[in-house]
Amino acid sequence: MTKRLEWFAIALAAFGLAACQKPTQTLPEEAAAAPAPAETATSSGIATQPETRPAAPLTPQQQALAALKQKSTVYFEFDSNEIREEYLPVVASHAAYLVKYPGARVRLEGHTDERGSREYNIGLGERRAQTVRRALLAQGVADAQITTVSYGEERPAVEGFDEAAHAQNRRVEFVHAP
Amino acid sequence: MPSINAVLRCATVVLAAVAALAVPGESHAQLRLDITQGVRDAVPIAVVPFGGQAEGGPSDVAAVVANDLAMSGRFAPLGRGDLVARPVAGAEIRFEDWRLLRADFIVVGRVEPEGSGLAVSYELFNVRTGASLLAERLPSTERGLRGTGHRIADRVFERLTGIPGAFSTRIAYVAVTGRPPSQRYRLVVADADGHNPRTILDSGLPVMSPAWSPDGQRLAYVSFEGGTSAVYVQQLATGERSRVSARAGINGAPAWSPDGRRLALTLSRDGNLDVYTLDLASQTLARVTTDEAIDTEPEWSRDGRSLYFTSDRAGTAQVYQVDLEGDRQARRVTFTGGYNARPRISPDGRSLAVVTLDRGAYRIGVLDLGTRSLRVLTDSRQDESPSFAPNGAMVIYATREGGRGALATASPDGSFRQRLSSEQGDVRDPAWSPVAPRG
Repeated sequence: MTKRLEWFAIALAAFGLAACQKPTQTLPEEAAAAPAPAETATSSGIATQPETRPAAPLTPQQQALAALKQKSTVYFEFDSNEIREEYLPVVASHAAYLVKYPGARVRLEGHTDERGSREYNIGLGERRAQTVRRALLAQGVADAQITTVSYGEERPAVEGFDEAAHAQNRRVEFVHAP
Repeated sequence: MPSINAVLRCATVVLAAVAALAVPGESHAQLRLDITQGVRDAVPIAVVPFGGQAEGGPSDVAAVVANDLAMSGRFAPLGRGDLVARPVAGAEIRFEDWRLLRADFIVVGRVEPEGSGLAVSYELFNVRTGASLLAERLPSTERGLRGTGHRIADRVFERLTGIPGAFSTRIAYVAVTGRPPSQRYRLVVADADGHNPRTILDSGLPVMSPAWSPDGQRLAYVSFEGGTSAVYVQQLATGERSRVSARAGINGAPAWSPDGRRLALTLSRDGNLDVYTLDLASQTLARVTTDEAIDTEPEWSRDGRSLYFTSDRAGTAQVYQVDLEGDRQARRVTFTGGYNARPRISPDGRSLAVVTLDRGAYRIGVLDLGTRSLRVLTDSRQDESPSFAPNGAMVIYATREGGRGALATASPDGSFRQRLSSEQGDVRDPAWSPVAPRG
């Protein structure tokens, strides 16, 4: 038996065409992308300056931060929350920065690949973020400088369903404020 | 009628071939439904176009009825081209014609003006005996004709199978568009056949885990719109919503108690996820699990006295059950396989749909709580988020198709499957509504 029936839809919804009838909550694009945990830069006074300011020379902290951003992701093996040896220097460099600038803040975003159940993956992503958090604490970073969030499999770094894509999605990202 | 329980697998549809058959003029913005595994002895039934309306329009009542019956997997409606006549009332049916077509049953009907609105009359007959099995006249409106079609399908299905139809229900799901890292997440509510989708939340950050209240009027869900997760409850009729849990750490996996007064949910402290219950009126929080493992994805037993949940306390994810009163000792429920997660209870309370690791692939399984045997329903690689239809006759779940998220349904005995594919964007995280008044 082969039946094929037409389903109107989902894409209709995706384009919001159907949204006109009843109430829809629409949130701004960047509603949350920048939940910078308060104005943290009391000691430096620099952290709150907009990065887009035209000709101002970079402060030492800004330079340090720019360098850190080159390597701000730790990748994990499947079903593991152990920090691989090759990423220990990444963690150490972020720890050193946070220790040097006690007013600086970091958000650790834990992620998983797509395999398995979504809410369980939220747990696995959190575990990864906590592993990195503990590594930072062990290196002298103050607890108040760190927040964590787990997105599980909800915010992949790359599309794709092979191991190469999975490997890039199993990660913890350091997101510094500012 | 022939036994519709005999389980004989038949051909799997090649989706690419189906795509090539797309009717000209179809909008790209559609979700297609393809039966990927059918029951060979699905019952042949003729659903004749109803009198008083043009064939093929969006509110073609007979088409709605035929689609619903086909979606159930238990019926094989005759194609329109095979219909030898267009009777619109019982007196016009020449049963011998329909016997030749091997239809076991026939539905005829008509749409007529009534007062300021419409009325839809329909009749169901046994073709072999000519016996009338159903005859009803339902009030309707021009805009309500699809809903009337679903009600007729519900009645026909129940009359012929003994199981109440679930065609007048809805589904909630998450639709994602765009590419990483700039994706948009929409929470959508649609009729169970995919029509009438409407977006109830639109966000640049993840939205997940929609859960229907038992009265079908509210959805609980998780939104990361503040940069961290929070659980919201939204009234569907008004769009009004409240943030019911935004505690430090994770706020996830909401599930309604059978009486609709409490949510079970997952919270974390220092990264340790545990299951709690939250009384919505009093905001009283009660901790249910205390293990250092990941404890999440709670689901209520039908009597409301215990919770099923996922935990990796034994090393791998498995399903446990814990009583809400008493010693709160968790008992392991799943023993087959290296991964069982996201339990969802069947309407009769006798089985759990789970995500199970089956020969290296994540698939949907149904666990019989009496015998503890697990039946794997699906055969793809990344299936998740199972949810029972309120009549227990189908499970909806998320799968992959061509690298995209799609929704699919399967019968709990594994005999029938169909895929609902979107041409644009990913769809995921489906939840089937309870039977409820239509808003």
